[in-house]
Amino acid sequence: MSILVVGLFVCDLTSGAVGIGVQDVWNLMTGAPCEPLTRDIILKIRLVKALVALLAGIALAASGLLMQTLFRNPLAGPFVLGISSGASLGVALFLLGAPLLGVAAHSLLLGIGTIGAAWIGAAAILLLIMAVSRRIKDIMVILILGMMFGSAVGALVEILQYLSNEAALKTFVVWTMGSLADVTASQLALLAPAVLLGAALTFAVLKPLNLLLLGERYARTMGLNVERTRALIFIATTLLSGTVTAFCGPIGFVGLAVPHLARMLFRSADHRVLMPASMLLGMAMLLVCDLFSKQTALPINTLTALLGIPIVVWVVIRNKSMV
Amino acid sequence: MKRIELCDLTIGYGRRILLDCVSAAIDAGLLVALLGRNGTGKSTLLRAVAGLEKPLAGEIRLCGRPLRELPPQELAQIVSFVTTEKIRIANLTCREAVALGRAPYTDWLGRLDDADCRAVEHALAVVGMAAFAEKAMDRLSDGEAQRVMIARALAQDTPLILLDEPTAFLDMPNRYEVCTLLRRLAHDEGKCILFSTHELDIALALCDAVALIDSPQLHLLPVGKMVRSGLIERLFDSETVAFDAGTCKVTMRR
Repeated sequence: MSILVVGLFVCDLTSGAVGIGVQDVWNLMTGAPCEPLTRDIILKIRLVKALVALLAGIALAASGLLMQTLFRNPLAGPFVLGISSGASLGVALFLLGAPLLGVAAHSLLLGIGTIGAAWIGAAAILLLIMAVSRRIKDIMVILILGMMFGSAVGALVEILQYLSNEAALKTFVVWTMGSLADVTASQLALLAPAVLLGAALTFAVLKPLNLLLLGERYARTMGLNVERTRALIFIATTLLSGTVTAFCGPIGFVGLAVPHLARMLFRSADHRVLMPASMLLGMAMLLVCDLFSKQTALPINTLTALLGIPIVVWVVIRNKSMV
Repeated sequence: MKRIELCDLTIGYGRRILLDCVSAAIDAGLLVALLGRNGTGKSTLLRAVAGLEKPLAGEIRLCGRPLRELPPQELAQIVSFVTTEKIRIANLTCREAVALGRAPYTDWLGRLDDADCRAVEHALAVVGMAAFAEKAMDRLSDGEAQRVMIARALAQDTPLILLDEPTAFLDMPNRYEVCTLLRRLAHDEGKCILFSTHELDIALALCDAVALIDSPQLHLLPVGKMVRSGLIERLFDSETVAFDAGTCKVTMRR
């Protein structure tokens, strides 16, 4: 069994790496001008963007899988549960609120402030949902609450937008469209460690996640420290979805759809397989979306929704009994 | 040796006391049924013994050690629990589900060594599910799923196994088969097994002793004594049914 898992794991890594290698190269080639001098510069910009796509893919897919297992809910994901909305609210408060208060923002400060605000926003919503889910076990209630949080946040953001000046508004609206391109190399220095730390935390909870498949009660009787596991998952999710939302805007459906894709392709429920698989598929999905986005000039948000929604619909139809 | 000792135990929720200052002890190698009307605290007592619920007062001792002093991982090596939850996880094979029971013994990644694998295969074989090892949990019948969850508890290799209504949702042959399986585990492998049930006839036919919740008291007696004690009649007789101690049967009143 362990050999099988290790085999799958290796298989998984190599096949994924090749797929990404090919896509990565393709990604770098498309639209690159032939002049050798400028090509180098474009490669560097493209490389940053591709790296951001990889990191965002890892982060969103991993946090989706964490949420689905923690809440034992096939439709959970950072976007659906309103965690991305929470992060958005944090960013909105910061981007729109700071100018209102007359605080002028330096660009690096802007980066750190945005990420911090997104973490706080994501953490707040996540805390709320975790508190509610302790009392109410009904999956539908949690989902509806997530949607309500999302809508409430939307309304709050609209009020903020109404009150804000044009310049701040424009910064925020551009941010909400979600983009991998706005991340600069210096911001990457913030994004990468945060996402990698979050990813490292998810690898620390692979065994607890497997135990949580049977539910918290069973997990506890098998010796799991459920409180510590919840705390780790909480921190990992906040880091992963909060950071990505801060830099790339709210990107929906990757966190929801990718883990299901991983389950379907690898026919496994074992998180030691699903987690790396989801991360790889998440990277692949965002790279594909990024490619289309460059060719059609559509926001990445729109594309992840177009790609993700069919998968989600399929999951709902297949899991009628679970939802 | 005493496996479970309840010492002046009080359990309940807030002001609602379910069991008040009860004491009882169960030996190794015994199959004990926990009987009681709905809402009298069968599940709560099992959860308390499993360490999932804190008692309001008193102490629970498992294998001679106070429950509240046991760290989670050691507790998981002493007591395993099969709950009433239906576990139907897509893609999770029976073998993987049973292997989760090895969690208290495996490393941070949950990798199984040879001894772990042997324990898993043994557990699957004992419950008669070896042929289903590769089948996914969401494709099983209720009876098969219940056996897998019992195998998971076996793989956990604990001297004490608790089960909350293991025969619910099962058809008649399956109920008897699951209970004879539990009896075999208690007698052949020396496990101490406590399970809650509403099947009075099965409890009296197959168990060594019966723990009867007569809220807020708990009576623990060997089956023969329990039948003669008159407690069963007092608790379960109603306008429509009556228990006959002579034949151990429940009959309808005319």
